[in-house]
Amino acid sequence: MNTELIGIVVMFTAAIVLAIPFGKYIAKVYGGEKMGLDPIFNPIEKLFYKTSRIDPSSPMDWKQHMVAMLTINMVWFLLGMLILMTQGSLPLNPDRNPSMPADLAFNTVISFVVNCNLQHYSGETGLSYLGQFWLMFLQFVSAGTGMAAAAVVFRAFREKTSSSLGNFYDFFVKSCTRILLPVSFLIAVILAFDGTPMTFEGKDTIVSLEGDTVEVSRGPAAAFVSIKHVGTNGGGFFGVNSAHPFENPSYLSNMVEMVGQLIIPLAMVFAFGYFIRRKRLSWMIFGVMTVGFLMLAIPNILMEVNGNPAIGKMGIDNTLGAMEGKEVRLGAAASGFWSIVTTVISTGSVNSMHDSSMALSGMNELLAMMINCFYGGVGVGILNFFVFIILAVFVSGLMVGRTPEFLGKKVEAREMKIAMIIALIHPLMILVGTGLATAFPEQGASTLNNPGFHGFSEILYEYTSSSANNGSGFEGLGDNTLWWNISTGFVLILSRFLPIIGPVAIAGLLADKRFIPEGEGTLKTDTSTFGLMVFAVIFIVAALAFFPALALGPIAEFFSM
Amino acid sequence: MNNSQSLFQKGVVLDALKQSFMKLNPKLMFRNPVMFTVEIGTAVMFVVTCWTLLGETSQGSPAYNFFVFAVLFLTLLFANFAEAIAEARGKAQAESLRRTREETSAYLADGRVVSSSYLSKGDVFICKAGDIIPADGEIVEGLATIDESAITGESAPVIREAGGDKSSVTGGTKVLSDRIKVRVTAQPGESFLDKMIALVEGASRQKTPNEIALTILLAGFTLVFIIVCVTLKPFADYANAPITIAAFISLFVCLIPTTIGGLLSAIGIAGMDRALRANVITKSGKAVETAGDIDVLLLDKTGTITIGNRKATAFHPAPGIAKETLVRAAVLASMADETPEGKSVIELAGVNPDAYDVVSPRFIPFTAETRSSGIDADGIRIRKGATDAIRQLVEKAGNEFPQQTKETVRVISSNGGTPLVVAENDQAIGVIELQDIIKPGIQERFERLRKMGIKTVMVTGDNPLTAKYIAEKVGVDDFIAEAKPEDKMNYIKKEQASGRLVAMMGDGTNDAPALAQADVGVAMNSGTQAAKEAGNMVDLDNDPTKLIEVVEIGKQLLMTRGTLTTFSIANDVAKYFAIIPALFIGAIPALQGLNIMGLDSPESAILSAVIFNAIIIPLLIPLALKGVTYKPIGASALLRRNLLIYGLGGIVIPFIGIKLIDIVVSVFI
Repeated sequence: MNTELIGIVVMFTAAIVLAIPFGKYIAKVYGGEKMGLDPIFNPIEKLFYKTSRIDPSSPMDWKQHMVAMLTINMVWFLLGMLILMTQGSLPLNPDRNPSMPADLAFNTVISFVVNCNLQHYSGETGLSYLGQFWLMFLQFVSAGTGMAAAAVVFRAFREKTSSSLGNFYDFFVKSCTRILLPVSFLIAVILAFDGTPMTFEGKDTIVSLEGDTVEVSRGPAAAFVSIKHVGTNGGGFFGVNSAHPFENPSYLSNMVEMVGQLIIPLAMVFAFGYFIRRKRLSWMIFGVMTVGFLMLAIPNILMEVNGNPAIGKMGIDNTLGAMEGKEVRLGAAASGFWSIVTTVISTGSVNSMHDSSMALSGMNELLAMMINCFYGGVGVGILNFFVFIILAVFVSGLMVGRTPEFLGKKVEAREMKIAMIIALIHPLMILVGTGLATAFPEQGASTLNNPGFHGFSEILYEYTSSSANNGSGFEGLGDNTLWWNISTGFVLILSRFLPIIGPVAIAGLLADKRFIPEGEGTLKTDTSTFGLMVFAVIFIVAALAFFPALALGPIAEFFSM
Repeated sequence: MNNSQSLFQKGVVLDALKQSFMKLNPKLMFRNPVMFTVEIGTAVMFVVTCWTLLGETSQGSPAYNFFVFAVLFLTLLFANFAEAIAEARGKAQAESLRRTREETSAYLADGRVVSSSYLSKGDVFICKAGDIIPADGEIVEGLATIDESAITGESAPVIREAGGDKSSVTGGTKVLSDRIKVRVTAQPGESFLDKMIALVEGASRQKTPNEIALTILLAGFTLVFIIVCVTLKPFADYANAPITIAAFISLFVCLIPTTIGGLLSAIGIAGMDRALRANVITKSGKAVETAGDIDVLLLDKTGTITIGNRKATAFHPAPGIAKETLVRAAVLASMADETPEGKSVIELAGVNPDAYDVVSPRFIPFTAETRSSGIDADGIRIRKGATDAIRQLVEKAGNEFPQQTKETVRVISSNGGTPLVVAENDQAIGVIELQDIIKPGIQERFERLRKMGIKTVMVTGDNPLTAKYIAEKVGVDDFIAEAKPEDKMNYIKKEQASGRLVAMMGDGTNDAPALAQADVGVAMNSGTQAAKEAGNMVDLDNDPTKLIEVVEIGKQLLMTRGTLTTFSIANDVAKYFAIIPALFIGAIPALQGLNIMGLDSPESAILSAVIFNAIIIPLLIPLALKGVTYKPIGASALLRRNLLIYGLGGIVIPFIGIKLIDIVVSVFI
């Protein structure tokens, strides 16, 4: 048991220790500083710009940034639809998997474009290798999109007053080539050596001990699994994701994938501080995020390790923890830890069945996605957090007797309007989606495996995962239906792009404003007091809105146990 | 004037009660989105109550529904009452000022006599000793001593005269001596006081920028909880736990921030009201709000930092001159000098000027050109004035300006004094030392301002050496010496360009541009009409230290908003724990585990929550009106303090309150 806990501590500490210098590196990348890797990357990037005829040095305001972002995302979506709906007759299809129907292709492409990877299909039978390749491409660019948007916000606070916020394509391409690619490459190599397949050949056959011939799917999985974590995408190459022995062969690969998904969300927090030269602010943000993360993760680990009391009462040995739906090679502790890491961060890859988590573990997984900013997805996590900072600044600014300001910029009605809309979207999507699915049981509830509170949690989880752009599933839900594909598809689009545009717009508006130098009466935002305030705002806005829903799902289940 | 009235006077309360019902008009409620949704909920509950009376049984008993309706109705009335009482108090305050201007007769310059209420802008009237001035105006001719105690409460009479910076008179004040001709400056009903009353009454009251932003935040929270409550219906149906309409509406009303929503406008009005109690008329609510944000305060030295004027404190004769000679010359030169400095010279000398025998004296008044004054008599010519003016005079006559006198002048200046050189027959014979008397307690006030994070700037006509000395002595952060009106303007512009908000006080016409430029410009009531028009506040007391109070009033206003918002939203935690188990216990007994307060029954839990939600509004009215106390302890410490009191308190208090109410309510159910 102790070794399992030590394993978790090592994973988490390693991620933090690596993230700090990596954050400095990211700040340098976005700052356009010279670096040792220039000779490798400069020619590649120049080639992109030359062929696309984009000038990466022309400055943009926040609106131009967002137009650029939406345009390239639109192109990826259309190309994706085309590929997935015709993959059956395209090359790189050794297993002869069929083309996707329109509704499933819509859901799949959207969910990969928005960095969610909901996956209403199984990779083994649902995709050709070309399809998998396109999705892998989307895993890079969707992560790059989020990071570039965060870079725009960083940029808005670097100078005292400016309306030019850098160039979107510059931020975007650098995010992909200089940040995501090297890390992914490194992790893919480790995974390949650990046993994850990396091949273009089709299914292999083995003969089992019983003498049956079994077909085993494989493919270029190491590369896929690597970016799936580094870009906090979460979409597995195989249906059961990181619980699959090819995706996550050993405890080592489990650790690597864990560090892989933590590193960039953590590093972005530090990059913010390095970039705007306010390291203390980074530590405040990191502190709030970490406290929140631990408050969710520690109970989960304990609950999973302690096992299910109902099973214990039946006289069944429970000493390994609640092992239903978990992999023996990974164990209860690492699975419990993973279940929170993958939900606070919008990865959504799973190494155990969340449906089988203890009732309150399930609630914590839901809460992690409802809050969606304790670390959060690459780039977008800090954007979500930024919105809560704006709300906290507003209330606490008033509490110290000044009209609110953040980093020397006045927060006024317009910024509040945007921040409030963004804060509203998440509960709106989750609650209305769940509400519709329960109101029309022939569409939503009829696809459930479980009745009662747990079934309700399954619906709630599906919409929460979509709205948080997380992509993990509680599962236990027949989700490849027209209803689920289309409804979650729309939730995905709205709750991806609005929460990116909102913070960028706020930052753009603030960047334009007059800079007010800090004085004695100014509220300092890099203190633990303010951190407490942000935490309170996150808790009240994000958690309170979902309390009634949670009461009917996991909480009712817990008290009924 | 009576500043120490209790919060709730009988007349004011009655008026406010009446207004609370008037304000139920949906058209008026619409301005406040939070309370407007409560009104809709109340209307729905009224319908539901009628429905149950007609025999519907699925929604609980008629009595229970009626009770929920009644509590919601009370919530609305309480919120309206908060606004109404703030308005009524403001009005009462303003009315008591206005009462000073009872109907009087006005003697027009053209000989007609009309009632004061018929005076219109531009009319010129005459007032003699003993008359009550019939309307606000500007003196166009003459000088008078005036008793302004009716407005300021200050019994010492003041001098108002045509032409200068003290040319304004206020209706209702009394002329004590002399005779003045006054031009009316405002149409009837359009004086500053009238405008202020209109502002308080709500007719012309506009939401301030910060109020708008806060309303957006509150409306956002309201929307979140609309979503929560609407979607709870299918959730509950799915869980086979049907919820009554009364429970839905109770949950909704308890969750939305009704406490701050109900008190928000009262807080704003109370801010203006507090300013008025400090005898400051504000021209907009925004000005009070901005005052809280002020980073830089421009303060005139005279009257703010030092008491009135300088006083002569010593005579320093030039080498070879007997002290008596200098004293005699100084006294003679000051005989006709009516300025406080001149009088103080005679005071210091302690001799009767008539004792000196001078033949056919001719007094030379001070002019800006010569910058000296004095006396010409048979055989003697005495001048006293600024050092360089006298020096020019002396050197022009071919005499030498003594080295030691130069040294004396320098020493006096660097000690914060003002040297006044005396020359007799174009020979410098010595220096009179004038010293500023620094107001007692002013150092502490600047210390407080520094802790608030406000930079103070002293504006003075003194030379830089004197200015520096006084600045250091009293602890202001910066000074503008030898200030000309445009210097103030430039300083304000410079500070504003670097993003700071500047407040200043002024009275003269040449202050008007700077008053208009400053973010908060407080004009003295005694000042010229131009200055009063340019500023966004008028101080009836003409007290330059008032700026400091105004800043604190602004900060209090913002803090009251912030703390009550925090309190209001923190309350939701307890309300959830009261209502959510109550909603579902019937169908899902396991959720009894969430009933951590151990409330008696679902009905009593819901009623207790709405009752708590209602009565917290009137309980907080005194706080909203008085404002949260501001303490200059630094922003972070202040946040910690308020977060502890209003944040943690906001979480804990409703747990206790709801439980206590439940104990009482459960007796009746």
